[in-house]
Amino acid sequence: MLDYSTLLAGGEINRITGQNEKLGGINMPEYRLQTPISKEDIKKLKIGDTVFLSGTIYMARDAAHKRMVELLENKEPLPVNLKGEIIFYAGPCPPKPGQVIGPVAPTTAFRMDPYAPAMYKYGVVGTIGKGPRRDLVKESCKKYGAISFAAIGGLSTILSRRVKAVQVVAYDDLGPEAIRRLEVQDFPLLVAYDSNGEDLYQQEIAKYENYNQKTNKGAVGHEKI
Amino acid sequence: MRIVDAEVLTESVAKLCWEACYYLPEDVLAGFRRAEKTEASPIGKSILQQLLENADEAKTNHMPYCHDTGMAVVFAEIGQDVHISGGNYLDSIQEGVRTGYREGYLRKSVVGDPLLRVNTGDNTPAVVHTEIVPGDQIKITVLPKGGGSENMSAMKFLLPGEGIEGVKKFVLQTIKSAGGKACPPVVVGVGIGGSFDKVTSLAKHAVLREIGVHHPDPHIAELENELLEAINDTGIGPQGLGGTSTALWVPIETYACHITALPVAVNIQCHAARKKTIVI
Repeated sequence: MLDYSTLLAGGEINRITGQNEKLGGINMPEYRLQTPISKEDIKKLKIGDTVFLSGTIYMARDAAHKRMVELLENKEPLPVNLKGEIIFYAGPCPPKPGQVIGPVAPTTAFRMDPYAPAMYKYGVVGTIGKGPRRDLVKESCKKYGAISFAAIGGLSTILSRRVKAVQVVAYDDLGPEAIRRLEVQDFPLLVAYDSNGEDLYQQEIAKYENYNQKTNKGAVGHEKI
Repeated sequence: MRIVDAEVLTESVAKLCWEACYYLPEDVLAGFRRAEKTEASPIGKSILQQLLENADEAKTNHMPYCHDTGMAVVFAEIGQDVHISGGNYLDSIQEGVRTGYREGYLRKSVVGDPLLRVNTGDNTPAVVHTEIVPGDQIKITVLPKGGGSENMSAMKFLLPGEGIEGVKKFVLQTIKSAGGKACPPVVVGVGIGGSFDKVTSLAKHAVLREIGVHHPDPHIAELENELLEAINDTGIGPQGLGGTSTALWVPIETYACHITALPVAVNIQCHAARKKTIVI
């Protein structure tokens, strides 16, 4: 059995031994976190950190965000309380008999960017998606002390095994886009945008642009074409 | 003349849908393995290893490799000596997609009207491309096309004088603006020439070519190599998290075009580069 205590609580960096290559593969801290994640813990997470997340998260994507942000604009309550929660941008395949959930992995986070500031302002503390996001998301993470995680897009068979329970909690009519409550166990994430407004995508791509194997360095701005 | 029952088309398409989604083609897996060996970024290397593991699990457990089982794009080559009986040709293809997505437990990702956006619930309609060819056989390919990479595709009319350099610039610009959003490592299908409609079709057909196979014309094959190198020099890497494996292959298809025009289209295919063919 794994220890699900919030390892960040003491403020000390706790490494998980033996799993260093699992997602980040770089010499960065790895944390095992249990939801809800406190604002203090969010502040301690830095880009490139690996997080194995356990507990409750909520799945919502394009159509559900459109509806929710309209409700927020009209100062109406959301169909489910997402304050302090983490939203996973995704829509699963239907489960085969005996499966908890069908294959699932994050969708492109960028499409949820227009909604993200309103959701973070409302009280969502973290989001999970794939791919780079606009500056307004970085600014929102900084402003509201929130975070944007990356999970691997298309890693759907593997990630579905980390989901232990699932329930549609709103917008059933949206089919794969309905809001679902998930119980996850050790769901592998990378911190892509932290509460300081740092950007993992930008940082890492710069290292490999026009990469020179001999020097192990990139050279930004030396395009041949 | 050979007679083929429409029901055979339905059954074949249904099977192709789920087989394409469950079993990643060998040329794509080989591409992952090559990339994993050469990838300079530890994050990128780890991602490639996990994608290989994911493909393996999907195959073993007969599950979709990626949850975005796409909008089905069906390519049919119908021999001119074939007669399809017992049903409407297009209906039989759509019924195959409906059955395949239901029985294969694939995600239903299609909305019936692009503006009203109500899910059709059965992943139809598929996009169907039909070509009449010599012979008495039918060749059907299903390409389940995911939304993330399709969204990042682009088309442009260059000035004829912009030539090969203009083509390179546009392809590279499209890849850079897609970045991690297109779910790299990607296959970059490029169409050059034809008309407004033809050039995007060329780019889409290019994606069907096996990874590692070049265009027969030497100057196009050379362009494929140059673009592959330039795309992998962008540093975008697997998932856009940095690295030297952004693209697995850059297949290019060309066609004649008008004296005023140099159309170029880029159809990006994510790492779930699924395709499955049957010959009836």
